[in-house]
Formats: sequence, C-alpha cells, structure tokens
Amino acid sequence: MTRYVRRRYLALKVECGETAPDRDAVSEVVWKAVLRLFGEVGVSQAGLYLVHFDEKTGHGVLRCSHKALPMVRAAIASVTKIESQPTAIHVLRVSGSLKALSRKIARTTVEVEL
Amino acid sequence: MKFSDLHLRVPINDMNQTRRMIAKSSELGYSQIGVPLPSGIKQDVVDQLRQASEEFSVDFVTRLDLAPKSVNELLGSLRRFRRRFEVVSVLCGSKPLARQAAKDHRVDMLSFPTESRKRFFDWAEAELASKSSATLEIEMSQIMCLEGFLRVNFLSCLRREVARAKSFGVPVVISSGATEVLLLRKPQDCASLTFLFDMDAPLALEALSRNPYAIVERNRVKQSPGYVVPGVRII
Repeated sequence: MTRYVRRRYLALKVECGETAPDRDAVSEVVWKAVLRLFGEVGVSQAGLYLVHFDEKTGHGVLRCSHKALPMVRAAIASVTKIESQPTAIHVLRVSGSLKALSRKIARTTVEVEL
Repeated sequence: MKFSDLHLRVPINDMNQTRRMIAKSSELGYSQIGVPLPSGIKQDVVDQLRQASEEFSVDFVTRLDLAPKSVNELLGSLRRFRRRFEVVSVLCGSKPLARQAAKDHRVDMLSFPTESRKRFFDWAEAELASKSSATLEIEMSQIMCLEGFLRVNFLSCLRREVARAKSFGVPVVISSGATEVLLLRKPQDCASLTFLFDMDAPLALEALSRNPYAIVERNRVKQSPGYVVPGVRII
C-alpha cells in the first residue's frame, strides 16, 4: 500500500502579451488544459496545485503527482492563451522537493550570470 | 544535446520581429534554426538573416517549402531550386504527390495538412521514405492551435503516422512552425507534447536534435564545392 503520494514541483515562467495574469488565472488555465486533454480522470490523477506565483516576474511553482508529470508537462506546453491573451508557459525546472527546486534554479541563475 | 528547429516562420519583411524570434529561439535552447524562404529570395536578405542568427549564436539554415499541385510541378521545382536551399520540405496535398515526394532523394521532409483526409502517410509512403532520405515532419504549432474535434482527429492521425514511421525506420523531425514568439516552446516542452500521440521521449528528443542535424549536415556536404557523388569528393 502506498504510504504517501510522490510529487513533482515544476518551476514555471509565464510569458504573456500585455498585462501579466494573476495567480488564479494561471492555476485555472493549467487545470483546464489538463481537463481538455486528459479529461476528469486525468485531472483527478494530476493533483494540481499552484504553490507560488509571482505576478511581477511571471515565475511560479506548480505541484503535481509524479505519475502525472508527462500529462501535466504536455498540458502546460499546449497553453496558448490566458484570458484571451496570447501566452506561453515554459517549464524551467522539475524537482522532487521545493528545496531541491530552489537549489537547481539558483544554480542555473549563477551559471547564466557567470 | 544540441537542438534544432527547422521550421521557424519568421516574417522576413519585419526584421525587428525576426530578430526577436531568433533571439527567443536561442534563449529557449535551440542552436540551429531553419527559416522557410521564398524561392526567389535575394541573397542580401539571406545574408541579413544569417547575420542576425550569428548574433545570437544560432546556426542559420535555409529552407524551401514546396506546395506543388502536381507531380510534374514538384519535379520541376526540385530541379530548379534543390541546390539553392539546405532543406527542402514538400507539403503533400494528394496521394500521387506524397508517393513521389517519399521516393525522391532530393526531398528532405514530408509534411501534411492538418485535415485527417489529407494526411497520406500510409505504409506505402513509409516504405518509400525509408528507402530514400525523406523524413516525416511534425509541427508543434498545429497541435497547439487546433481545438476540439479537429485536434482529436489530428492527434489520432499523428499517433498512426508516428507508429508507422517507427516500424519502417523513417526518421521523424519535430519543428515548431511558430509564426510568433509566444508560439515557441523549449525543446523539452516540445518533446513533452509528443506524449499526446504516444511518441517515446528518447525518440522525441532525437526528432528535435539528431534527425534535423543529420539532414542539414548531409545537404551541406552535398552543396560543398568538392562533392561529386556519395562517397566521392574532390580534394
């Protein structure tokens, strides 16, 4: 019997045309994308939760079940609009814990700066 | 791993937007881009595009998209333009065209319209393509832009075609087909979209890196001055 659900944390970058979307809009568009592509069963398996979203930078962290990761990544890549505004959501990093995710992102930032 | 996007539809007349798209491609992790150009393109425009690509450390590839109405038109276009472009793609709008394009060694990529009735990549085309150097091209923007019933049909066709290509050993090339910056996706995100039509992740990554690079490398060797026939070069 599974004792706990293994999760994956995805660092996202939301790029929008003019005005930046808010947290609820991003959460809803990802949820709807999974629903559209994989149906209600897919959404129920995905266990989606937007842990954090910074409206100014467009960076966010999404949590999902590790088994649903391919579904969620495909759904995120298929998003082209948020509230009828052209949008792209890029997955920057994927990790098993928030701590490791922040470490990976910090490392990438340092590499880019160097 | 180096990634290639052989179908970046930049607006050639708008150099600012073109530069933005090339910069974004570079930022997302592509090191090679293929830009479809009109057959009568002037050399100075090509040089401008090449220069813009070099600025962002991206390898620029010239590409010609052919959409002939008949087999004779296809053969004529190939005869006239093949040597001037590094990559040639044929949009197969009919069965005879698909057959001819699949068996012709001068064709690099076979692409098909999104309508399920006009996708002619069946086992015969797959077998012919496996004996020539043609590959099957899949554009990610088509998947992203379609909705509802049309996307359902399209994904179903892609699933069949990818399975067929795999069984006949026909390489698949994944390209963005993006007309604007916000339709561009990272190579890994494009690979994850292939989950929708049951393509394996390693095959998807190959379709974004090794397969397009192989096409460009092969054609550049053919276009080099010392090339005579496969295996023979003037040194």
